[in-house]
Amino acid sequence: MDQLELEIEEWRAFVEQSPAVDGRDVEELEDHLRAQIADLTAVGLSPDEALLVAVKRMGAVDELSREFAREHSGRLWRQLVSSDGGEQEPSESRWLEALVFAVASATAIQIARMTAGFPTEPASWLLRNASLFVLPFLAGYFAYRRRLALRQCMVMAVPFVIAAVVINAYPFVEGGSTEVLVAAHLPVVLWFVVAYPYMSGVLRSHERRMDFVRFTGEWFIYYVLIALGGGVLLALTAFILDPTGVDSERVIDWVLPPGAAGAVIVAAWLVESKQRVVENMAPVLTMLFTPLFAVMLVAAIVVYVATGLGGAFDRDLLGVFDALLVVVLGLVLYGISARDPSASPGWMDRIQLIAVVSALVLDVIVLGAMIARIGELGFTPNRTAALGLNVLLLVSLVGTAWLSARFLTGRSTFNRLERWQTTYLPIFGVWAAAVVVVLPPLFSFS
Amino acid sequence: MNIDKDLVAASATPLVLAILAESESYGYAILKRVREISDGELEWTDGMLYPLLHRLHRLGYVTREWRIPSEERRRRYYAITDEGQAALAEHKRQWVTVAKALGDAWGGGDLLPLAFGGA
Repeated sequence: MDQLELEIEEWRAFVEQSPAVDGRDVEELEDHLRAQIADLTAVGLSPDEALLVAVKRMGAVDELSREFAREHSGRLWRQLVSSDGGEQEPSESRWLEALVFAVASATAIQIARMTAGFPTEPASWLLRNASLFVLPFLAGYFAYRRRLALRQCMVMAVPFVIAAVVINAYPFVEGGSTEVLVAAHLPVVLWFVVAYPYMSGVLRSHERRMDFVRFTGEWFIYYVLIALGGGVLLALTAFILDPTGVDSERVIDWVLPPGAAGAVIVAAWLVESKQRVVENMAPVLTMLFTPLFAVMLVAAIVVYVATGLGGAFDRDLLGVFDALLVVVLGLVLYGISARDPSASPGWMDRIQLIAVVSALVLDVIVLGAMIARIGELGFTPNRTAALGLNVLLLVSLVGTAWLSARFLTGRSTFNRLERWQTTYLPIFGVWAAAVVVVLPPLFSFS
Repeated sequence: MNIDKDLVAASATPLVLAILAESESYGYAILKRVREISDGELEWTDGMLYPLLHRLHRLGYVTREWRIPSEERRRRYYAITDEGQAALAEHKRQWVTVAKALGDAWGGGDLLPLAFGGA
């Protein structure tokens, strides 16, 4: 019998090695194994034989840990989708293809910049089209990496073509607010288009959408890191080159735009190949920033309500509040994507609910102020875009708050909350597209 | 009989939910019941049951709690929820539809009356 115990311990230790199987799962599996052994010895097998059969019936441990991992992380669909239950494809770094696309994008931006003569000459067309020189390359990178079929690539190219046509064919008034709005919303639309190759053309899967949300959050972190590093590098270069008489401004003009463009793809490559590292960073970052933002929101509301300034926002302040709300929504979304869906409600979830409710209240206040302004001063492109955004945010926040509360009181699962987010998210993409395509003609491109 | 992998995978969820609808149970007992019901034809890899149970729990179809049955080591018991019942009903509808189509295709239409109670 002791020999049996020893071997069960060995099997258990082996299973525990896998990172996807947690302690309670191992306990369950061990209990299963013991029950199986007991049954088999009752039928007449010797303990050794019983152990052998029981372990074999349990299945290969790495298969098992793969299945558990697939359950617990939304990511592994990528490795499993083509291997058909076979070996796991290791996430190779494959930096060369990333480099090619990054260089291509950088070159495109550089050529565009030189043609436009920026920054010596004002070139609003360059700013409008900037994302068209970067994001198609990102989409191409993912299309290549996911081995998208030709037909799917063509489907993917359509929105880019339409965007290019719309952006350049519309007779924008120079420096008008529609132009600025379009320039700001176009990257958002194109980012949603990049989701198509990222998800390998499967748009409806909740897991894949959640994965894309995770990707966006992590990409942002990497991009900020690269930008900071690049900024330091450029500053030092400028200082070094100053005494030599080389015009550091020109150097920066030459280096910065291509660098920023290439970094978009490099950051994406980093997310793809260094998944494990950021999986540890993400929860920590959200744990850090969500409470801070919650406190800030509550303070803002208290101050504004207390001073009675609730109705008297000026346009700049409204813009700042809108940005704040978008940031909070992004943070909440990222927090949801980074959280283990099978964990029970914790204090972090409560803080997140506070942040969501405060954002909701703020959104209502902002909406009220905005409607008052529109009532007084009429519709303008900026106000319309902001109004639409606020309404969409309101609906999203209401849904999130409601489902969060139900989750915290144990009347619903976390899965519902996740699904609300992934179902609702495309609406922002549609709205951004509407702002780009429909809004300008509506306001005569002013 | 060597049953196709896809069939085994497709029938796993409705089978587990149906067994839990009969009464709450724990992993090993569920597996024994599956073998019992299928006369030993359905040979699942034991370990694969547990990720499935995790998934059902995550979707809210089952609840789970640890219990200590009479002086043995503690064990996780699963019970079906209302949503699980609804999901089971949906699975049933889908299987009946498919079975009817197959019955018609194989000539007769009366191929699976026992399994589906004459539906």
